[in-house]
Amino acid sequence: MSQQNDRGFLQASNLQPLLFDWIFSVDHKRIGLLYLYSVCAFFLAGMVLGLLIRLELIAPGPTIATAQTYNALFTLHGVVMIFLFIIPGIPAAFGNIMLPLQIGAQDVAFPRLNLLSWWLYILGAFMALTSLFSGGGPPDTGWTFYVPFASETPTNVSLALLAVFIIGFSSILTGVNFVTTIHRLRAPGMHWGRLPLFIWSLYATAWVQILATPVLGITVILVMVERLIGLGLFDPARGGDPILYQHLFWIYSHPAVYIMVLPAMGVISEIIPVFSRKPTFGYKAIAASSVAIAAAGSLVWGHHMFVSGMSDTAIMVFSLLTFLVAIPSAVKVFNWVATLYRGSISLEPPMLFALAFVFLFSIGGLTGLVLGSASADVHVHDTHFVVGHFHYIMFGGTGFAFFAALHYWLPKVFGRMYNIKIATIAWAIIFVGFNLLYFPMMLVGLHGMPRRYYDYLPQFQNLNVIATVGSWVLAIGLLLMFANLYRGIRRGTAAGNNPWQAATLEWVVTSPPPGENFSQPPQVTHDPYDLQQAGKP
Amino acid sequence: MTTQRDAFGARLGMWLFLFSELLLFGGLFLLYAVYLARYPSEFAAGGQQLDTLLGTGNTLLLITSSLTVALALSALQQGRRQLCQMLLCATILASLLFLTIKGIEWQAKFGHGLFPGGAELETLPAGQQIFFSLYFVTTGLHGLHVLIGAALLLWTLGLTRKGLVSAENPVMLENSALYWHLVDLIWIFIFPLYYLLL
Repeated sequence: MSQQNDRGFLQASNLQPLLFDWIFSVDHKRIGLLYLYSVCAFFLAGMVLGLLIRLELIAPGPTIATAQTYNALFTLHGVVMIFLFIIPGIPAAFGNIMLPLQIGAQDVAFPRLNLLSWWLYILGAFMALTSLFSGGGPPDTGWTFYVPFASETPTNVSLALLAVFIIGFSSILTGVNFVTTIHRLRAPGMHWGRLPLFIWSLYATAWVQILATPVLGITVILVMVERLIGLGLFDPARGGDPILYQHLFWIYSHPAVYIMVLPAMGVISEIIPVFSRKPTFGYKAIAASSVAIAAAGSLVWGHHMFVSGMSDTAIMVFSLLTFLVAIPSAVKVFNWVATLYRGSISLEPPMLFALAFVFLFSIGGLTGLVLGSASADVHVHDTHFVVGHFHYIMFGGTGFAFFAALHYWLPKVFGRMYNIKIATIAWAIIFVGFNLLYFPMMLVGLHGMPRRYYDYLPQFQNLNVIATVGSWVLAIGLLLMFANLYRGIRRGTAAGNNPWQAATLEWVVTSPPPGENFSQPPQVTHDPYDLQQAGKP
Repeated sequence: MTTQRDAFGARLGMWLFLFSELLLFGGLFLLYAVYLARYPSEFAAGGQQLDTLLGTGNTLLLITSSLTVALALSALQQGRRQLCQMLLCATILASLLFLTIKGIEWQAKFGHGLFPGGAELETLPAGQQIFFSLYFVTTGLHGLHVLIGAALLLWTLGLTRKGLVSAENPVMLENSALYWHLVDLIWIFIFPLYYLLL
C-alpha cells in the first residue's frame, strides 16, 4: 500500500484541467463519484419539487399552483426521482465504487463503457430538463406516460420519452458491465459463496436491468412514433388497445422497482452484521432471495392494472404472484432481525439508517400486500394510500439505504469521518419528518382522497396539513445530513482504513483507495462477514 | 490503467447486450401475438399484400451474409487477412442490398397509400391498419439494426486493414459477427410472421 500518496484515487493528475481528470476518467471510483454527485443534485431538485407539491396541498383549492402546473410538478418530481435518482442511486454510484473493491478487482470489466454510461445518463438528464423549458411546456402525464393522454397532450412528452430511452440505455450498459465484472474479475479465493451480499444484490439487479429495460425502450419508442406519425397501435378508434401500453410499461416498470430496492437491501445486508458484530444470519438465504426477488418480481406487473379492465383470471394470477414476491422479501427481513438477535449492537449512524430501513420497509411491504390483494386494491387504487405505500418502499426503503450507504462508505471513499453526533441528530429529524409526511398520506387515502389532484374536499385538510409540516421537518433533516456529510468529506478527522472494523475487501485498502485498488490481486481467505478476520483479505 | 485483454469477458458482455436487443424486439412480437389473436382474418388479408418474392430474396441475402461473416472470422483466425477483408466487404454489400430491397418494398406500399396516415390505409378495417403499423415499426427498427450492424462491420473492416483486429486479437470481429447474426436471427422471425404464415 502506497504511503507517499494518501489522497489515493482523488489525487489530481496535474496533466490536464481538474474537471477533465474527472469527466473523462475511466476509473470506476471516479465514475461512481460522478454518479454520486449527479444523483445527489437531482435528489435535491426532486426534493424541492416534492416540497412544492406538498405546499400546494396544504389547503383545498388553488394555493400556489394551477391544475396544469401541479400536473407538471408531480410528473417532474416522478421523472427526476425515479429515472435520475433512485434507479442509478445505489447501483451506479455505490455499485461502481464498491463492486471492484469488494471483489478484489482493479476496475470493472469495461471501463470505457462505464464512462459512456455516465455520459448517456447526463445526456438523458439534460434532455429531461430541457423538455421543461421547450416545446409545448413541461410534460403533464405523470411519470407513467399512460396513453391515450401521452400520445395526445400538446406538452413536450416526446423529448422526455427520448430522455427516458437514453437513460434506459445507460442502465442496460451498466448492467452488462456489472454482470461481466462479477463473472470474470473476482479475485482468487473470492468464490460465489464468499461474494458480499451487496454484490449478490447488484448481480440480481444487473440482470433485471439487462432484461427488463429494453421493454421500456420499445414502449417509449412506440409512443414517440405514435406522436410523430400516428400508428394507432394503442388507439381504440383504429383497432389498437391502450391496455397493451400499460402491460408493456409495467413489464419494465415493476421489475424496475426491484432495480431500485434490491441494491438497497444489499447495503443493509452489509451494514447489519458489521454493527451487530456477528456474521450475517442465513447468508445463503439472503443471497438466494435476491435472485428470487429478481425472478419472481418480473412476473407481477399486472398488479398495477387491477382496475384497468384486465380479465378476472389475469387479476387472480397476478395477485397470487404478488403475494409470492413477499416471501423472499420477508426472508431478508427475518434474516436481518435474526442477525441482530444477541448481537453486540452499536448504534452508529449507518446502523441507525439501516434499522430505520428495516422498520419503514416492513410498513411499506405490508401495505403493499393490501394493494396486492385485488379486492382491497379496488378501494384504494389511485388514492393517496398508494402514494404513501410507494414512498415507504422507495424513500423509507431505498432512500434510507442510500443515506446508510453514504454514512457507511463515504469515510472509506474520502478517508475522512463526518460528525457522528450531528449525523445522529439528522437521522432522528429525518425519521420523524418522514413518518409525519407519509403516514398521514396513507390515512387520507383510506378516507378516499385520490392522488394526482391539486384540489381536495375540506374534510381531508387536517391530515394534509400534518403531511406538509412533515415535509418541512424532513427537508430540514436532509439538509442537515448533507451539510454534515459535506463538511465531513472536506474537513473531517482522518477515518483510518477500517473505521467500522468490517471484514469485506474494500476495508483492506487505504482510505481513500489507491488508484489501482490493489497493487496485486488479493488472495481472499475468509467469508465476507467473518468479523474476526476484519482488515485481512 | 492496465489494459488486460479478456476476450471471453468481451464476448460475454456482447451476449448480454444481445439478450437486451432480443427483448427490445420482444415487445413488438408481443404486440403482434395479441393483435393476431384479435384480428386473424385482417392480419391474413394484410399479409397477402406483402411481396413474398422480395421477402424471400432478402431472407436469402441475410442468411448468406451471416455465412460470409462467419467465414471472415475463420479466415482471420487462419491468418488469411486478404480473404477476411473480402468476405467482410461481401457482408456489407449484402446488408446494403437488403436495405435497398426493403426500400423498394416500402416505396411500393407508400405508392399505394399503405402507410400510417396514408389515405388508402385509413379506409381499411382496423385490424389491417394495426397490421401495417406493426409491419412498418418492426421492419423499420430491424432496418435500423441492419444499418448499425453494417456500420459496425465497416469499422471492423477498417481495424482489420490496420491490423488492430488480427488472428491474435479477433474479439472485435467476433462481437460484430455476433451482432450481425442477431440481426439475421430477428429477421428469421419477422419473415415467416409477416410474409408466410398469413
